[in-house]
Amino acid sequence: MASDQLTSDSAKKGPLPIFRARGVSKIYEMGEVRVEALKDVDFDLNEGELLVLLGASGSGKSTLLNILGGLDRPTSGMVWYREHDLSQADEDELTTYRRKHVGFVFQFYNLIPSLTARENVALVTEISDDPMAPEEALDLVGLADRMDHFPAQLSGGEQQRVAIARAVAKRPNVLLCDEPTGALDLETGRIVLRALERVNNELKTAIAVITHNAAIANMGDRVVRMGSGRIASSDVNTHRLSIEEIEW
Amino acid sequence: MRALNRKLLRDLWHHRGPMLSIAAVVAAATMTVLSMRGTYESLVIARDSYYEQSRFPDIWASLERAPESLKSGIQGLDGVSAVDTRVSFMATVRVEGLEKPATGFFSTIDREDVMLGRLHLRSGRLPGQDERDRVVISEQFAKANELVEGSTVRAVLNGQLRELEVLGIGISPEHTYPLAPGSIFPDNQTYGVFWMGRNALSELADMEGAFNQVALTMQAGAKEAHVISELDAILKPYGGLGAHGRDLQVSHQFLESELSQNRTTGTFIPAVFLAVVAFLLNMVLRRLIATQRQEIAVLKAFGYTNADVGSFYLRMALFAVFLGAAIGSVVGYWLGDMMVELYTEFFVFPDLQYRLSGWLLSFAFVISALAAGIGAMAGVRQAVSLPPAEAMRPQAPASFRPGIFERIGFARFLSSSMRMVLRNIERQPVKSIFSAIGVSFSVAILVVGMFLFDGIDYMMDLQFNRIQREDLSVSFERPVSPSVLYELQSLEGVSEAEIWRSVPARLISGHRRKEVGITGRHLDDDLRRIIKEDGLMVRLPAEGLVISRFLADALQVEAGSILDVEVLIGQRPVRQVAIQEVVDDFLGVSAFMEIDALHRLAGGIRSVNGANLKVEAGRRESVSRALADVPAVADVSSPRAMYESFRKQMDEGFAIGVFFLVLFSSIIALAVIYNGARISLSERGRELASLRVLGFSKQEVALLLFSEQGLITLIAIPIGWALGYWLAFAMVQSLITETYRIPFVVDSGTYLASAAMTVLAALLSSWVVRRRLNRYDLISVLKTRD
Ligand SMILES: Nc1ncnc2c1ncn2[C@@H]1O[C@H](COP(=O)(O)OP(=O)(O)OP(=O)(O)O)[C@@H](O)[C@H]1O
Ligand SMILES: [Mg+2]
Repeated sequence: MASDQLTSDSAKKGPLPIFRARGVSKIYEMGEVRVEALKDVDFDLNEGELLVLLGASGSGKSTLLNILGGLDRPTSGMVWYREHDLSQADEDELTTYRRKHVGFVFQFYNLIPSLTARENVALVTEISDDPMAPEEALDLVGLADRMDHFPAQLSGGEQQRVAIARAVAKRPNVLLCDEPTGALDLETGRIVLRALERVNNELKTAIAVITHNAAIANMGDRVVRMGSGRIASSDVNTHRLSIEEIEW
Repeated sequence: MRALNRKLLRDLWHHRGPMLSIAAVVAAATMTVLSMRGTYESLVIARDSYYEQSRFPDIWASLERAPESLKSGIQGLDGVSAVDTRVSFMATVRVEGLEKPATGFFSTIDREDVMLGRLHLRSGRLPGQDERDRVVISEQFAKANELVEGSTVRAVLNGQLRELEVLGIGISPEHTYPLAPGSIFPDNQTYGVFWMGRNALSELADMEGAFNQVALTMQAGAKEAHVISELDAILKPYGGLGAHGRDLQVSHQFLESELSQNRTTGTFIPAVFLAVVAFLLNMVLRRLIATQRQEIAVLKAFGYTNADVGSFYLRMALFAVFLGAAIGSVVGYWLGDMMVELYTEFFVFPDLQYRLSGWLLSFAFVISALAAGIGAMAGVRQAVSLPPAEAMRPQAPASFRPGIFERIGFARFLSSSMRMVLRNIERQPVKSIFSAIGVSFSVAILVVGMFLFDGIDYMMDLQFNRIQREDLSVSFERPVSPSVLYELQSLEGVSEAEIWRSVPARLISGHRRKEVGITGRHLDDDLRRIIKEDGLMVRLPAEGLVISRFLADALQVEAGSILDVEVLIGQRPVRQVAIQEVVDDFLGVSAFMEIDALHRLAGGIRSVNGANLKVEAGRRESVSRALADVPAVADVSSPRAMYESFRKQMDEGFAIGVFFLVLFSSIIALAVIYNGARISLSERGRELASLRVLGFSKQEVALLLFSEQGLITLIAIPIGWALGYWLAFAMVQSLITETYRIPFVVDSGTYLASAAMTVLAALLSSWVVRRRLNRYDLISVLKTRD
C-alpha cells in the first residue's frame, strides 16, 4: 500500500517529516453536488526534500497543497506541520503559520502590480522575523538587474522568479509550488525550475512542486502520483538529475 | 433577446449592492424634489388662491385722517380697480393670565362686498358694523394665548380701558406673518390683530366718517409706480405717509422671503443629488463594463449589435434609477405631506395642503433618468466601442510608477503597503479625484444645510446683543414731550432710559424715492447702537443722515450724497440733507439722525415716540406691567423675550432640517464610499488574496483597502468645504431680498460637523465592505487569471 511505503520511506531517511497528513479527506459540497477531492490521504514531506507531485487534472493535487499551506482545511483527518496541528488551527493561527513558515508559488504569479520587484519581496520581509534582504532573494533567482522594474515591465518567467524570490525571502522551511511553469514556455520554465533547484540546494528548503510535465519528475528526490483524490504511488528517486540534465 | 434579459436580471441581482446604493441616491433626490420643491409649489398655490379669494390689495397707504368722501376720489384715480378704506391703530392689550402686556393692531372690517384683504374666519362670526367691543382676533394670537370664542381681553382704546369679547377667530392675508412694527420676526404671544365693525371702532377712535388707511387693487395692466404717485398726491393734504406696493407689505415680504428660501433649497439640494447620481452611475458602470469585457466580446462575436449591448447597460442603469425614483416618490409624497403639515403653523393659509402635480412627478422621473443617462453615457460608449477581438484579450496589466511622494524623496519613510496605497491613488488620478468629488458632495450638502443657521445666529447675535441692548422698548400711542425721559428715569426699577423720535419722511434722489421713518437719537445713547455687518459700531454724526445699505442702493446714493427729504407730518417741509455714512447691515431700511437735528428738520414742536430702558435685575416684569397701565404707552416689548422665543422656533426648525440633511448626506457618502471600496475590492481582489496567502492578516488587508478610501475621504473633506462654501455663497446671493440678506457666515462648528458626519459615513461603508472582504474566497481568486 502507498501509505506503508511512505512511512518506510521516511523511516529510512531518518529526520522527522515537515508535513504529516493522515486520513485527510476533502469534500466540496455545492447544493446537490458532492465532490470528494481527497479521499483518506496519507502524505509526508521530509526536511530538505524536493518532491514532485504528478497527476491528472482534477485528481486533487492543488487541494492537498492548499491544505498543507494553510489556505484551506480538510473535511476530516489530521495534518501536522512539525508539531503544529493544522487541521485544528483557527484563522489567526493559519495566518501566522503562512506568515512565518511557508512560501507559495502559483501558476499565475500574483505579484502586486503597484510594487516593483524589490518592493514585492520587501512586502514579505517587512513582516518576517529573520528575512534575507530583498536584493539577496532576487539575486538568488537571477534577477539582480531587474529589481526596480514593475511587474508590467517584466516577462512571465521573470515575474515567476520574482514570485519565487518573494516566497523564499522570509527563509521558509517549506515552499509549495502549484504548476509554477504552467503558464510559461519550456525554456522559460527551465529557468524558473533552476531557481527552485537552487533554493533547495542552497537554503535546504523543502519544496513540493505540482506539475503536468512528467519529465520534470527526474529533478525531484521523490515523485508522488495522485489519481481520483488518492495517492496512487510514491517513488524515491535514487538518481536525482539537475535541470540541465533533463531533456524534454 | 430573451437570454440577454435573463442576463440583465442576473447581473442586477449580482450587483444588487451598487445598484441599491444608486437607487438610494436617486430615491433621496426624488424625495427632495417631491418634498422640498413640492412643498414650495403647494405653498405658492395656496397663497395664490388665498390672495385671489380674499382680494388681496396691491397697494396700501397710511395717512393721518381723511374724510370718507375722499374714497370716491381715490376710486377715480387712473388704474385703480377697488378701494377699501379703514381705521387702524395700535393699542396695549391685557390678556388674563399673561404677565406682560401685549400689543394689538386694531383695524376695521367693512361689509364683505367692499372689503379688500378679506378675513377668513376659522371659527365664530364677524361682528356687525355697529357692534361695540366685539372683535375677531387673529388665529396666531388666539392660539399663543389660548383664547377662544367668548374669551375676553382688556384693551386701552383711545385712553379708555375697554373689555372686548372675542366673537370669532380669523386670519387675514395681510397678517400671515403678524409682525409688530420695528420687530424683525413674529412673536404671536405679544402681538395680535383685532378686527371690529367699522362704525363701532371708528367711533371709539374718534374717526367717524373718516379713515387713516387705504388699500386698493389695480386694474389689469396698470403701472404700480404710477398709481402710487397718484395716491401719494391725493393723500398729501391729509397727512399721507407714503403709499407702497406688495413688495413693502410686511407680511407679504416676510412670506416671500420664506418662500424664496424654500425655492432655493428646493433647487440646490436636488441638484446636488442628481449630480451624485450621474457620478455614481458613471463609476459603477465603467467598472462593470471593465469586468465584463470578455462577455461583451462574446456577445458581439455572436452578432449582437452595438445597440443591443449599449441598451443592455443603459437598461441596467435605468432599472436602478426607476426603482429609486419609485421609492423616492412614495417616501417623498409622505415627507412632503408631513412638511406641509409642519408649515401650516407658519404659513397660515385657509387651504394649505400638499399638492403633488403630475408635472412635478414626471419632472422628477425625467430629470433622474436624464442624470442616469449622462452618468451611464461614458460606460456605455466604452462598451459599444470595444472591438470584439480586442475585448477577448484580457485587459493589459496595470502599469505603475513611483508616486510623487517617493519621487520627491519620501520613499524611505514609506512601507511597501503605504506605497501601494499611494500608487493606486496616483495611477488613476481622474478616478481618485472623481471619488473625492463624489464624497465631497456629502460634505458640501451638510455645509449648505447648516450654514444658514450660522448666518441667522450671527444676525440674531448682532441684533439682540449688540444693537438692541435695552431690557424694554416702549412706544407711545402718540408723540409726547421729551420730558417723558425724566418720568421714565424716576420709575422704580429703571436704571437707564433713552428716548427716541421717529419722523416719517420721503427720501428723494432724482426720480427715486423711498418712504422711511427717520429715527432720532442722542449722540451718547448706548442702549441702541448702529452696528455694521462686521460687528463694528457706527457713531452718529451731529448733522446729516446715516442710512442702511439697502436704502442707499434703492436710492442709488452713497456717503456724501445730498438728498431731498420731504417730512410727511406737520407742515411737510422739504429740506436738503447730506448722507454722512452708509451702514452695511443685514436687515431693513433704516435712517438715523441726531435727535436735535431731526427736531430741526421736522420743524414744529419737539416730541418723542418711544424709549429704551435698562431695568434693574429681576424688575423687568414689574416695570413692564407698570408701563402698560400708562395710557400713553402703546407697546412695551422685551427684546430678550423675543430673542428667546425666536431661538426656540429656530432650534426646532434646525433639528428637523439637520435630521434630513444628515440623512441625505449620509446616503451620498455611503453610496460613494461603499461603491468606491467595492470597486477597489473587485479590481484588487487578487492582490488582496495574494497578501493573505503571504501571511497578511485580515485586518492588515482591510486596512490596506480602506487606507485608500480613507485617504480619498480626507482629500474630499476640504474639497467639500470649498464646494459647500461656494454653494452657500450662491445661495445667499439668491436669497437677498429688498430688505434683508442673510449674512454669509460659516462657523467652524459647521465645518467640523460636516467633516465628522462624512467620516462616520465612510466608516460605516467600510464596515459593510469589510464583511464582504471577510467572505472572500482566497483560493478561487488565485486560481483565475486576471
Ligand atoms: N472550490 C471548489 N469547489 C468545488 N469543487 C472543487 C473546488 N476546488 C476543487 N474542486 C474539485 O475538487 C477536485 C480536485 O481539484 P484540484 O484543484 O485539487 O485538482 P488538481 O489535481 O489540482 O487539478 P489540475 O491539475 O487541473 O489543477 C476537482 O474535481 C475539482 O472540481
Ligand atoms: Mg491544480
